[in-house]
Amino acid sequence: MKRSALWSWLWIVLGVIYFFAPLLATLEFSLRASRPTLFFSLLAYQQVLGDPGFWRGLLFSTLIALLTIITSLLLVLPTAYWVNLRLPQLRPVVELITLLPFVIPAIVLTFGLIKIYSGRPFHITNTTFGTNALLVGAYVVLTLPYMYRAVDTGLRAIDVRTLTEAAQSLGADSITVLTQVIFPNLRVALLSGTFLTLATVIGEYTIASFLVGLNAFGPYVSQIGQNRAYQGAALALISFSLVWTMIGLIQFFNRGIPGQSQVAGGR
Amino acid sequence: MSPSDSVPKDSGPAVARATPPTNVWAWLGVLPFFTFVVAFIFLPSFVLLVRGFQDDAGNFTLTNFLAIFKGTSLTFSPSGLPELDLNTILSAYWISIRISVTTAIGGGLFGFLLAYAVTLGGLPRWVRSGLLTFSGVASNFAGVPLAFAFIDTLGRVGLVTLLFKSLGLDIYDAGFSLYNFWGLSLTYMYFQFPLMVLIMAPALDGLKREWREAAENLGATSVEYWRHVALPILLPSVLGTMILLFGNAFGAYATAAALTGGQINLITILIGSQIQGDALHNPGLGFAVALGMIVVMGVVMIPYLWLRRVSERWLR
Repeated sequence: MKRSALWSWLWIVLGVIYFFAPLLATLEFSLRASRPTLFFSLLAYQQVLGDPGFWRGLLFSTLIALLTIITSLLLVLPTAYWVNLRLPQLRPVVELITLLPFVIPAIVLTFGLIKIYSGRPFHITNTTFGTNALLVGAYVVLTLPYMYRAVDTGLRAIDVRTLTEAAQSLGADSITVLTQVIFPNLRVALLSGTFLTLATVIGEYTIASFLVGLNAFGPYVSQIGQNRAYQGAALALISFSLVWTMIGLIQFFNRGIPGQSQVAGGR
Repeated sequence: MSPSDSVPKDSGPAVARATPPTNVWAWLGVLPFFTFVVAFIFLPSFVLLVRGFQDDAGNFTLTNFLAIFKGTSLTFSPSGLPELDLNTILSAYWISIRISVTTAIGGGLFGFLLAYAVTLGGLPRWVRSGLLTFSGVASNFAGVPLAFAFIDTLGRVGLVTLLFKSLGLDIYDAGFSLYNFWGLSLTYMYFQFPLMVLIMAPALDGLKREWREAAENLGATSVEYWRHVALPILLPSVLGTMILLFGNAFGAYATAAALTGGQINLITILIGSQIQGDALHNPGLGFAVALGMIVVMGVVMIPYLWLRRVSERWLR
């Protein structure tokens, strides 16, 4: 037992070094902006926070993320509910569909979306609204696997049928059942899906760079980092703390509830 | 995307009672979802399929797919070993696949060891919750910021590079580079191994104490227990998760684009420059190349689905 604990510590120490070295290096680098005058300074952060482009990008991406969450919930909630309650024969089909975004990499999805919607007959990308709608749609696809899984896991953890029948026998209509009975029971699942979507979408680069370019936060971070290394390091740390906040919130809401997904996957 | 999720299939018999009108409403309830899926998943894939098989005039052709393999030949290197001489497209696929396999296996093993360390390795409880929190964050910390962080760490003037230099070791002179295959793999590992930790920790928890006790009562040693009981139970979920990791790396674009400035020949980078301006000088070929990525992912998903079903038999 003693020897195995020693090995365990060795792996953990390696993991900790690998995890923290890039963060420390980035922090150190981001503080170098005023050298040689000042050894450490917050200049890079001041420049980042003072740039209107930063706030514009962050606001834009946050709004897109919120629209993604709303759209995603509107699509996923009723579907997961109906599949659990009335159309279980659809379950294999829907589960397979929610795996598809994994099979179609984001860059390929972007390629297909642009090819089909930017030309005839749709011309969707000719308007700002159309392009943004396309972006939201692409993000809904991207987040579909874990949004659906979060909701589905939540629904299976409660007895949907009994709850529904109990509410109906008390005279509730379908809308009341959903909003007053089912949703409140899914709170944790919905919050997980929401924050995971926020963490994924706000910094997303691949799809955003091809559809909306520098309007979005991800491409903005990339652009700044290529031209101004110190500010890029500051932005990387800011992005990291955003992700950390979202994941922290998920774990806060999930405490004591095993099996909730907090994995969105790479980009 | 946890692979194990095995609540019994939905209660069956009650469904048959549904009356026709209810059914119509139920189908209407899932209609928005399916409309969306058609518009945003099926149509974009379908356009690749159709146009991949069309020439410029819109006639059916196989040229685009043949062009992917064109220029590939078997040559012999000076040492006499056969070498596959790949064209740009095939070698882009090949490098992407190699990076994905490398980081899936590397990240998978490292992640498994870490998950083992915090579940069965006899470490204090706080180490476990700390590792799981970090893993949750790191697995979602991919893309441009991750690339920047690694440039600041192991780039030419990165902190660790300079640290080694002050110790008298120039890692770039020694052959290391952050901007090639191994550098990119090392960077990808940052979001690969945490995913393994997040999926394997619950799976290792799922190993029942009784199994170990039963094996020991029957006289099994620790090695025998792992070889004949624990590993066979865990293997499907280990392999299944490694496939997830493969897909994770195979589809990654942002990290590679930001790290190398598009200078590495990955298949995602190739498709990116095809979107920006027909880099292949052949639109049809672009569709075929993009479709090829879906084909690769589709092929690796088949064993994944099978492994997931197998792993659900014992672990949940």
